[in-house]
Amino acid sequence: MSAVAAGWEPVIGLEIHVQLATLTKMFCGCRLSFGDPPNTHTCPVCLAHPGVLPVVNREAVRLATLIGLALGCEVAPHSIFHRKNYFYPDLPKAYQISQYDEPLCLGGRFRALTEDGEIEVRITRVHLEEDAAKLLHLGGDGRRAGAARSAVDFNRGGTPLVEIVTEPDLRSAADAVAFLKQLKQTLEHLGVSDTNMEEGSLRADANISVRPVGSATLGTKAELKNMNSFRFLERGIEAEIRRQVALLEAGERVVQETLHYDPESGEIHPLRSKEEAHDYRYFPEPDLVPLSPDRAWVAGIRAGLPELPVERRDRWVRDLGLSFEDAEVLSETPALARYFEQTAALADPKAAANWIRGDLRALLRERGEEPWESGVSPAALASLLALLGSERIPTRVAKDVLAQMVATGADPERIVEEQGLAQIGGGDELAAIVERIVADHPAQAQQLREGKDRVMGFFVGQAMKATGGRADPQAVGALVRKCVMDGAG
Amino acid sequence: MDPRTFTAEAALAALHGGQVSASEVVAAYLERAADDRWGSFLALDGERALARAREIDAAAASGYRLPLGGLPIAIKDVLSTRDLVTTCGSRILEGFRPLYTATCVARLEAAGAVIIGKTNMDEFAMGSSTENSAYQVTRNPWDEERVPGGSSGGSAAAVAACQAPWSLGSDTGGSIRQPAALCGIVGMKPTYGAVSRYGLVAFASSLDQVGPFARTVRDTALLLSHIVGHDPMDSTSLHWPEPIRVPDAERLDGLRVGVVEELMGEGIEPGVRDAVERALVLVEELGGRVVPVSLPNAEHGLATYYLIAPAECSANLARFDGIRYGPRHEGAEDLLDHYERTRGERFGTEVKRRIMLGTFALSSGYHDAYYGTAQRVRTLIVRDFENTFAEVDVVASPTSPTVAFPLGERLADPYSMYLADVCTIPVSLAGLPALSIPCGLSEGLPVGLQLAGPAFSENRLLDTAHALERAIAFDPLPPGLA
Amino acid sequence: MIEAETVRHVARLARLHLDPDEVERMRRELSSILEHVERIQSLDLAGVPPTTHVVALQNVMREDEPRPSLTPEEALREAPEVLAGGFAVPRMG
Ligand SMILES: [Mg+2]
Ligand SMILES: [Zn+2]
Repeated sequence: MSAVAAGWEPVIGLEIHVQLATLTKMFCGCRLSFGDPPNTHTCPVCLAHPGVLPVVNREAVRLATLIGLALGCEVAPHSIFHRKNYFYPDLPKAYQISQYDEPLCLGGRFRALTEDGEIEVRITRVHLEEDAAKLLHLGGDGRRAGAARSAVDFNRGGTPLVEIVTEPDLRSAADAVAFLKQLKQTLEHLGVSDTNMEEGSLRADANISVRPVGSATLGTKAELKNMNSFRFLERGIEAEIRRQVALLEAGERVVQETLHYDPESGEIHPLRSKEEAHDYRYFPEPDLVPLSPDRAWVAGIRAGLPELPVERRDRWVRDLGLSFEDAEVLSETPALARYFEQTAALADPKAAANWIRGDLRALLRERGEEPWESGVSPAALASLLALLGSERIPTRVAKDVLAQMVATGADPERIVEEQGLAQIGGGDELAAIVERIVADHPAQAQQLREGKDRVMGFFVGQAMKATGGRADPQAVGALVRKCVMDGAG
Repeated sequence: MDPRTFTAEAALAALHGGQVSASEVVAAYLERAADDRWGSFLALDGERALARAREIDAAAASGYRLPLGGLPIAIKDVLSTRDLVTTCGSRILEGFRPLYTATCVARLEAAGAVIIGKTNMDEFAMGSSTENSAYQVTRNPWDEERVPGGSSGGSAAAVAACQAPWSLGSDTGGSIRQPAALCGIVGMKPTYGAVSRYGLVAFASSLDQVGPFARTVRDTALLLSHIVGHDPMDSTSLHWPEPIRVPDAERLDGLRVGVVEELMGEGIEPGVRDAVERALVLVEELGGRVVPVSLPNAEHGLATYYLIAPAECSANLARFDGIRYGPRHEGAEDLLDHYERTRGERFGTEVKRRIMLGTFALSSGYHDAYYGTAQRVRTLIVRDFENTFAEVDVVASPTSPTVAFPLGERLADPYSMYLADVCTIPVSLAGLPALSIPCGLSEGLPVGLQLAGPAFSENRLLDTAHALERAIAFDPLPPGLA
Repeated sequence: MIEAETVRHVARLARLHLDPDEVERMRRELSSILEHVERIQSLDLAGVPPTTHVVALQNVMREDEPRPSLTPEEALREAPEVLAGGFAVPRMG
C-alpha cells in the first residue's frame, strides 16, 4: 500500500491475455513462431483474403478448458464466438473473433499469497480469442510515437489467446504482482503457455479505481494497458493510483478511459485518439458454430489436471511442516519444486527446505547454476542431511562438505570418509587421548578437582587441538571429569 | 458445334462419345462469349481454357476421361479463382489476383470443367439488376433494354445467351433465382451449408450460398451434384446425406404443393401470377395436389433481411482497407484518412448504403432494436416454414413479382429495387433449398416459378421441377438468338 | 428518420468518407429504408429466441496440425506497398 495516500483504497481487477502453446494458429494451419522473418507464417485465412473462413483449433479449446478448470471455473455447456469490430492495421479482418456474452468458462477463484497473507481473487471468465498481428515501427525510436513509417508482420496474427478476467478483488499494486506471478506459475505448471512477458506471450491490463477507505461503492475506473513486465505492472498501477488520488483530492473527477503506461518515462497517457472512437458492434460470428463441450470430454480434462502449485503449497505446509514462505519460494519453478520434493522424500523436509533455500542456492549462485542442474543430486543432499542429523558431522563441517559436493559432485559419505571428518564422539579413541592430556597436565587436573570448572575449557581446547576439531565437546567434558575423579581415588 | 443447340448433358454425351473434342467445345463457347452484346463477362480466360481443353483431350486420347470431360463453365466474379482476377464487381478489388481457388470451383476443375471466364455482378452481390457493377452493364438476352436481374446477372445472361452451357452464381436473398427467372433459365439455391462457402467472397455469411444456373433442370442437377458436400475449410458446411440425382420424374403423383397466399396477391404482376397459376394447373394434371398455404411472417422477410444482411456485410466488407491487397487512396494524411478515402472512393453507392445501414443497426443504442429484433423475426419465419412443411412437400410461388424491368428504372429508389426479392428472401432467411424454372412468358418476357422445400429436399425439388419443365415445355432460347 | 449527425457518426465507425451532399443523400435514403424496416419493431416477440444460425451444427473443430504457409513473396504479392518485408501502413501519427 506504500504508494497510496492515507484514506484511499485502490480497487484493481486484471485482464490477462495468454498466448496458448499450440502448434498452429487459432483459425488456420499456420505454425506459431517467434522472431522469424516477417510474414513467413501466413496464409489467405490469417491475411483475411476475400472469401476465407475460420476453423477452430481443437487443441486451443482443450488448453483453454484446462486453464478454466484449473482456475475453478464452470465450463459452459454452450458457448459461442462473436465478432468484435474495429479498424486497425494489425487486425486484418477489421474484427477480432472473440467471445462475448457466452464465454467458454465462467466463475472461478484463485488463491495467492501476498505480503499480508493469502488472498482469494474471483475469476469472472476465461474465454478464447485470436491475437493481433505485429506492427513494425520504422525510424523514430522503434515505438509508434515518432515512427516515420509502420508496416505489418502477420506472423503473430491469429495466435490463440486465452483472456482471463478477474473481479476487482485486488487492493494494491503489490497484490496484483503477487497474483500475476502465482497465476503465471500455475500456467507454466499446466504447460499451456510460454508465459514470457517480454515476448508478449503473457500480457496484463489493469482496471484501476480508488475510493475512500470504508466506502463500498466503486469509483470510476481507468484501464491501464501495455505493462510487459512485473516491474512495469507494479509501477504502472502505483502511478495510476497516485494520479487518481491526486485528481480526487484536487476535487476533480476520474474519467473512464484507456491509458497507456510508458515504461521509459513512467508516464501515463490516453491510448485512444479520435481514430479509435470505439463502438465494437459485437454480433455472433456466423462463420462458426457453437461450442458445446461433451461432459465426458471435460471430465477427462479435469481428471488430467496436475496438482496445482497452490495445492502443493498447502500440502507442504500441512504435511511437511514448511512455512508458507518456504513453500512459496520452493515452488518458484516446477523444477525447483521437484528437486525439493525428491530431497524431502529422503530427508527431514524442514532441513531440506532450509539447506536448499540457504547454503545450496548461495553456493550455486556463484556458479550460475540451479539445484536441479547441479552436481548435487537430491539423494546426495539427503545423505549429507543424514550425516548431520545423526551428528556424525557438525553443521560447520557439513557446510564445507556441501561446498566440496558442489565443486566436485562427490558423494558426502566419501568426502567425510576420505578426509576423516567424522565426529569422534565417546569411544576408546577419544578416551585414550583425554587420559593422556589429563596425565600431561596434573596441575590443571588438581584445579578441576578443587572445583575450578573454568579449567574444563582448557582440557576441551587441548582435546580439540589433539583431534583437529573433530571431538564432540560434550563427550570430552564427560571423559575429563571421569578420569580426573578416577585419578583422585 | 453450335452452343445454341446443346444442353450441357448433350454436349457431355458428345464429348464422352468422342464426336467432339473438348478443344472444339471450349472454342465454340469462347467465340460466343467474346460477343460483348450482353456484357455478361468481366473477364475471359481463353488461353488457359484452351490449354486446359487440350490437356483434357490428350488425357481422353489415352483413355482417361474426366466426368465433366472439358465442358466449359462461367463463374460469377464473387468466387475466388487463383491467379484469375476476381473483383466482385468492385473498384476496391480492381486487378486483384487471388492466391487460392474456391472449394466449389476447385471441385469442378478437378472433375474436368473448364473455366472460360468470370461473370459480371452487382458489386459484392448487392443488388437485383447487376446495374451496381462498378464495371459494366449487363443486358437481358430477351430484351437488351432490360436488366438480367441480379446480383448474378452475368452468370444468368451468359447461360441464356448460350455463351456457357452452365454457370455458378451466389444467392443471398435471391441472387440466383431472380436472374434465372428474368432470363428464362433454371437457377437453384441449395440448402444453406450444402455447398462450401470457402472462396465465396462473403456478403451476408449466414445467408450466402453458391448454386448452379443451366438451361435445363437435369443440367442444373448434374452441376449441383459436383459441388455439394462437406468441406473442412467451412465450419458451416454439411455432410450431405445422399447424392444429388439427375432427375427423370415425369409424374407428380401424391405430391403436395402449397401455394403461398401471401406471395400471390398484391404486388405481383398479373401476367406473372397467370403464368404461375397455369403451372399449378399442370401440377394437378401430373397427379400432384395443390393446396393454399400461409406464411404469415413472410411479409416481414424484406425488413428482416435488410437488417441482418447489411449488419453482416458491414463486418464482412471491413477487411477491404487497401493495406494487404487491392488499390488504395494515395497521399492520405494519416491512417484514418487512408481508410476513409480508400473505402469512400472505391465502394459504390449501394455498397456504402448497406454498410451504413448495417453499421447503424449494430451500433450501440440501436443494436437490440434493429439487429436484435430482426434476429427474432427470423425465428418466426423459420417456424412458418416448419409448420408449412408439416402439411406440404413443396411450396410454390412466383420467383420475382415482375418480369425483367427496364435498365435504370429502379436506380432512383433503392427500396423499389429491394422489392424485387420479396418472394425469394423468406426462403433464404430459413436457409432452405429453392429453385426457379421458367413457367411461361408475360409480355414476351420469361416468368419464373419458385419451388422451395425443407432442408435436404434437393432431390425432390429437382424431380418436381423436371416433371413440370417437361409439361411446361418452355423454350429457353431468346427469340433474338434463334 | 435519422439526423445528419448520426450519418456522420456511422460513416466514421464504418471508415467511409462521405462528401456533404452524400451525407444528405444517405440521410434521406437511410431514413426511408428504416421507415420500412422499423415496422417489425411493433411485432410481439415476447419469448422468441434470436436465430443466428440455420445449421444445427456444433463443435466443428480442426486438429492442431500445421499446414504449409505462403512464401512472403506470395503473401505480399497483392499489397499496394511493401516496407521492410511488411505490409506498409500509412502514417499512423
Ligand atoms: Mg481480449
Ligand atoms: Zn494462416
